[in-house]
Amino acid sequence: MTETTKPLAIALENCAKTFADGTKALEPLDMTINAGETIVFLGPSGCGKTTTLRIIAGLETPDTGGKVLFDGIDVTHLPIEQRNVGMVFQSYALFPNMTVAENIGYGLKIRRTPEAQIRARVAEMLAMMRIEKLADRRIDQLSGGQRQRVALARAIAVRPRALLLDEPLTALDAKLRDTLRLEIDSLLRSLQITAIYVTHDQAEAMALGDRIVVMDHGRVAQVGKPRDIYQRPATRFVAEFIGTMNRLSGVVRDGVFACRAGELAWDTAHGNATEVLFRPEDIRIAESQEASGLQGTVAAAFFLGDRTRLFVDVGEAQPLVIESTARRDFSHGETVRLAIDPRGLLVL
Amino acid sequence: MKNRWLFFLQLGFTLLVCAFLIVPVILSILAGLTVNYLVGLESGLTLRWVMEVWNGYRSTIFLSIGISLACLALTLVIGIPAAYVLAKRQTALTRAIEELLVMPVAVPGLATALALIVSYGGLPGFRTSWLFILVGHVLFTLPFMVRSVLAVLSAIDLQTLEEGAASLGATFWQRFFHVVLPNCRTGILAGSLMVVTLSMGEFNMTWLLHTPLTKTLPVGLADAYASLRLEIGSAYTLVFFLMIMPLLLALQAFAKPRTPKFVAEETE
Repeated sequence: MTETTKPLAIALENCAKTFADGTKALEPLDMTINAGETIVFLGPSGCGKTTTLRIIAGLETPDTGGKVLFDGIDVTHLPIEQRNVGMVFQSYALFPNMTVAENIGYGLKIRRTPEAQIRARVAEMLAMMRIEKLADRRIDQLSGGQRQRVALARAIAVRPRALLLDEPLTALDAKLRDTLRLEIDSLLRSLQITAIYVTHDQAEAMALGDRIVVMDHGRVAQVGKPRDIYQRPATRFVAEFIGTMNRLSGVVRDGVFACRAGELAWDTAHGNATEVLFRPEDIRIAESQEASGLQGTVAAAFFLGDRTRLFVDVGEAQPLVIESTARRDFSHGETVRLAIDPRGLLVL
Repeated sequence: MKNRWLFFLQLGFTLLVCAFLIVPVILSILAGLTVNYLVGLESGLTLRWVMEVWNGYRSTIFLSIGISLACLALTLVIGIPAAYVLAKRQTALTRAIEELLVMPVAVPGLATALALIVSYGGLPGFRTSWLFILVGHVLFTLPFMVRSVLAVLSAIDLQTLEEGAASLGATFWQRFFHVVLPNCRTGILAGSLMVVTLSMGEFNMTWLLHTPLTKTLPVGLADAYASLRLEIGSAYTLVFFLMIMPLLLALQAFAKPRTPKFVAEETE
């Protein structure tokens, strides 16, 4: 790889965005994005993640008082064409009037790069994305996956200071999404470029992000490494948006958490609680000789090959989700005793 | 059996309608090439009338070509940016402008022409110039250019395409010439042919706007029919026909919708 540009550090200071019609898309946001890291903005639609990306790109200006800094230099009022950021769109935004090679070389042409250098760089990009055979195709002759590869190649060809990706895989089908996610991951690692990735898909965010910024209603709900976000969600919204969460409601008394399903040993360090949360992997079916204070009835069981996904009714509004690796069948209505790993308990 | 009858019935009807439209054209062409139309084809065929039209009315042909090309140039320069702005800014104001643009098409040409004469007829030099006719033609043809370009611009995701180009460093003008213009090429072509054809054949308005020195082809044609031999009028029609036909054929060719291509997702 011939990437010589130093990765870019980006800082947002007090960036809010109110649209012309009065909608508040983004509450004041402060954020530092380290040079070379991949940061994922994750959240449901309308949470402000795309607005944040567009402010970083220069496609939107933050409300008065907001500042965008690239390596400490204020670029708030610099339009996107002067920021040298590569951008990948959900709808690809490829130029239908140009071939694949012309699309990839367009940014270099704008920079008045000599023809020979453009050709070399385009060939390098085509090889990197493994789409050499498509060089002379027109855009309407490409499939969705091919289009997204061209879009990535086009964004990277100009050696941007940062790569901004706005839901790049959303328009693709599930299988292709997995393949391309892997490709984008190895691409970002090999380029060592600062990358900002926007998605509503938590699996994508977990796989790609060095850090994840979970957003909700224009506010940052939590920033952290994927593992932190998953295991130590800061708010109920984060806990429920990322992965599957089980919950039991009850009361703490005499050193136990009592709920409809029974009793749970309680660490007083957790303090008082009327609800506990835990992940499906922190609960299992108890061994026959094991002591257990909880039980429920199997509402549904799905054999997935490597495990069985159980839905166990414990008298709550939602059944508990349990991933069991036990080598046995479960029948509907069967009573099972449950064991919860106390390290997985969350009180929010 | 029943289907067969139906087929022949439909074919017969279609041919009848075609004949109704085409026979006058053929008769008119023949009239222009006949020595004496009252005697009929027995009097022989001749190019005499065509030559007389050429000698007497050549200037109207060139004026019509000139005006239609000038009209095209103006509608391109005004129409494309107008369509671009209308496509980018969807507000109540732009929608109103879009509707207002069509007014000269809806209002009778005579009324528009009268309005032009009342407003600008007093300007010395302008009233007697071919530019006076040009203004009328631009008013009349502009909506056709704007509409066809706007239709193409609304069909593509203009904003994202422009943002894509901007992210690669393209300035506004670079985006406009590299991305916007090439992608509304089909609309521009269709609009252009429409404008040239309409301007070439425009009579209503031109009839009032012209002066004896600024006669266009259709005005000359009306003149010829009104005051000269039927053969000359018909020969004139023939000339007009030869000029407008290639344009109409080209219009048809460009107006064809692009065949959508099916692309299978690659397998990995």
